[in-house]
Amino acid sequence: MDHRPRPIAAIVGPGNIGTDLLIKLQRSGTLDVRYMIGVDPASDGLRRARELGVEASAGGVDWLLDQEVVPDVVFEATSAKAHDANAPRYREAGIAAVDLTPAAVGPFVCPAVNLDEHLDAGGGTAPNINMITCGGQATIPIVSAVSRVTPVPYAEIVASISSRSAGPGTRANIDEFTETTSHALQAVGGAARGKAIIILNPVEPPMVMRDTVFAAIGPDADREAITESVHRMVAEVQQYVPGYRLKSEPQFDEPRPDWDGNGRVAVFLEVTGNGDYLPPWAGNLDIMTAAAARAGEQLALAWAHTKPDATNQKVQVAAK
Amino acid sequence: MTSANIASTGNPPVRIIDTTLRDGSHAVSHSFTVQQVRDISKALDHAGVPIIEVTHGDGLAGSSFNYGFSAVRDIDLVAAAAEAVTDAKIAVLLLPGLGTVHDLREAHAAGAGMARVATHSTEADVSVQHFGAARDLGMETAGFLMLSHRTEPARLAKQARTMADAGCQCVYVVDSAGALLPDGVRTRVDALVQELGDDAMVGFHGHQNLSMGVANSVEAYRAGARSIDGTLRALGAGAGNTPTEVLVTVLDAMGIPTGVDVEAALAAAEEVLAPIVRRMPVMDRSSIVQGRYGVYNSFLLHAERAADRYGVPAYQILRRVGEAGYVGGQEDMIIDVAIELAGLQRQAGEHNERVSA
Repeated sequence: MDHRPRPIAAIVGPGNIGTDLLIKLQRSGTLDVRYMIGVDPASDGLRRARELGVEASAGGVDWLLDQEVVPDVVFEATSAKAHDANAPRYREAGIAAVDLTPAAVGPFVCPAVNLDEHLDAGGGTAPNINMITCGGQATIPIVSAVSRVTPVPYAEIVASISSRSAGPGTRANIDEFTETTSHALQAVGGAARGKAIIILNPVEPPMVMRDTVFAAIGPDADREAITESVHRMVAEVQQYVPGYRLKSEPQFDEPRPDWDGNGRVAVFLEVTGNGDYLPPWAGNLDIMTAAAARAGEQLALAWAHTKPDATNQKVQVAAK
Repeated sequence: MTSANIASTGNPPVRIIDTTLRDGSHAVSHSFTVQQVRDISKALDHAGVPIIEVTHGDGLAGSSFNYGFSAVRDIDLVAAAAEAVTDAKIAVLLLPGLGTVHDLREAHAAGAGMARVATHSTEADVSVQHFGAARDLGMETAGFLMLSHRTEPARLAKQARTMADAGCQCVYVVDSAGALLPDGVRTRVDALVQELGDDAMVGFHGHQNLSMGVANSVEAYRAGARSIDGTLRALGAGAGNTPTEVLVTVLDAMGIPTGVDVEAALAAAEEVLAPIVRRMPVMDRSSIVQGRYGVYNSFLLHAERAADRYGVPAYQILRRVGEAGYVGGQEDMIIDVAIELAGLQRQAGEHNERVSA
C-alpha cells in the first residue's frame, strides 16, 4: 500500500463546474482537495465549498500562491482569459494544471486516449494539460477506437446539448467549440481531417446529451474489428463516466462515390451525467468534470512524486 | 391593374430575397453546379430580384456526412453567382455551431455582400459573434429565428432584440416546418415590429407544407414584414418554399411594389429552373406530417433515406422526430430514430409470430 501523503489539489473557479468537480474529487479520495478559489466573496460556490469542508477564498490566485502549502495540482474552471494569465504563475510555482477552459495552453488530453503520454513531466517543469471540449471528450475516444483499427481520412461529430447547459461563455464564442473540437479530432482522435458540429436544443424537460460520430473508412475496413474496438473503448470511458453508453450498435454504410469511395461507420452515443451537483441531463458538463477529475488525479500522482522537492520549490518561489 | 395604378396605391414596398440557390439546395441534395448557379442567378438578377442567397442548404460549411456533401464547394458557387449578376447582392447563410466567422470571411472574399445568420428561435445569443464579424466586414445582415412556430410571440421578440442589438439589420420569422397558420404569422411579425421599431426590419420566410407559403407571406406583409423570402417553383426543403414567381404575381395584383419584373420572374421559373430540376418538392404525406407536427423541413430527404435503409416509413420517422422536439441541425437523430423504430417493428413482428404459433 502507498503510504505517501495524498497530493494536494485546488480548484480555481467556484461555479457549477467547480462544485461538481469538488464533489467528484472528494468522493474518489485520491486527492486532498484543500482550496476552492474565487474572486467574489458573496459567491455561492465558495459557501458550498466551505460546507464541504474545503478552505475557500475570494482572494484569487494571489491568495492561493501565498499559502504556506501550495497545491500539487490546480483545476482551472474559470475562463480562457483567466487561465492564460494564471498558467505561467502555476508553472513557476511548480503546480501542475488541469485546464477546463478553452485556453489550451497545454496539450489536449482525453483520458481514455492519450493521458499516459502526458503524465511524464519532462525536465521537471510543472505540466499543464487541456480538457478540450465536452463534445471532444465524448467523441474523440470513438474516433480513436476506429482509427486504431483502420485509417480514418475524415471524422465528423455532432454534439447535441440542452440549451440550459450551455453557459454564456460557450454562447458568446461557439466558433471556439467547433474549431477546438475539429483540431482535437485530428490531433488526439487520429483522423486525417476533422469536423465538429454543436446543436443547442431547448426542449423541456431538457434532453440528455447526445453525440454522433461519423467516420469515413476504407471499403475493405474490418467491420468486426471496428465494432469490437468501439465496445472496448466505451467500457474504458465508462470507468470515469458511468453514464456514457452506445444507443445502438455501430452502423456501417457501404462506400459511395460522393464519399470519395469510402464507406462510413456511424456511432450513436448518449451521455447521462452522474447528477453530483449538475443535473443528469447535463452530460456535457459531467463528462468534462469527470474527465478532468480522472486526468488530474493521475497527473497529480505522477507529478507529486517526481517534481523537485516541495520545500526547495517554495524557497525558489520566495526568492523570485 | 396597371403599374401606374400600383404606384398610386401608396403601399409600402417589400424586398424579395430569393433563396432557390440555398434552401433549394436541399431539394437537389446539394448538387448544384457552377453553370446552374450562373444561369439561375443571371435570370433572377435580370428579373430585378435584389438579393440572391447562395449556400449549401444548411449554410456555410454545411457540406458534411450529417447534411450531405456538396457537389461543388459553396464558396465556389458564391463566386460564380457574384460574377453572373450585375445588380443583385449575393447573400450567404450561416448556422452558428456549424459555420464559423472564418467561413464568413471566405464567403465575403468570394463576393458575398450579405450575411444571414440562423439560430433556433430560442438561441439567438449564439449569433452575436457572427453579426459582429459580418458588420466589421461591411456586410449587410439578416437574422433567422428558425422553427419560429415553437416560440411564443413575446419570447420571439426578445430573441429578435438580441439579434438586432448584435448588429442584425433584419430579423426573420422563419417558418422552417411550414407549420404556421396566418394568425401565428401575424402575431409573431407584429411582436417583432413592436419590439424592433426602427432598429431593424422584420422579414418572413415561409414553407408550403400546409399550402400557406404565399398566404402567410401576405399576412406577414400586412403585419409589417418588409422582407420576404421565396424560391423559384417553390424549390426547397420539405414541401418547398413560398414560390417567388407566385409571390411577386400576388403582390403585384395587390398593388404592393417589389421592384421585381413579374414576367421575367415567371420566365426564370419556367425557362431556367424547370429544365434543371428533375424532382420538384410536393405536398405529400411526409411533408404534410412535417407541417402538422412542426418538423424541420430539411429532415425530409434524410428521413426518406433512413426509411429505405432501415425499412420503416418516412412519415413515422418524421412524426417521432417532431414529438422528440429535435431542432434544425439534428439530422443525425433521424438515423437514431429509424434504428429505434426498426427495433420496435422487429419486436412486434417476433411477438406476432409467437402469438400465431
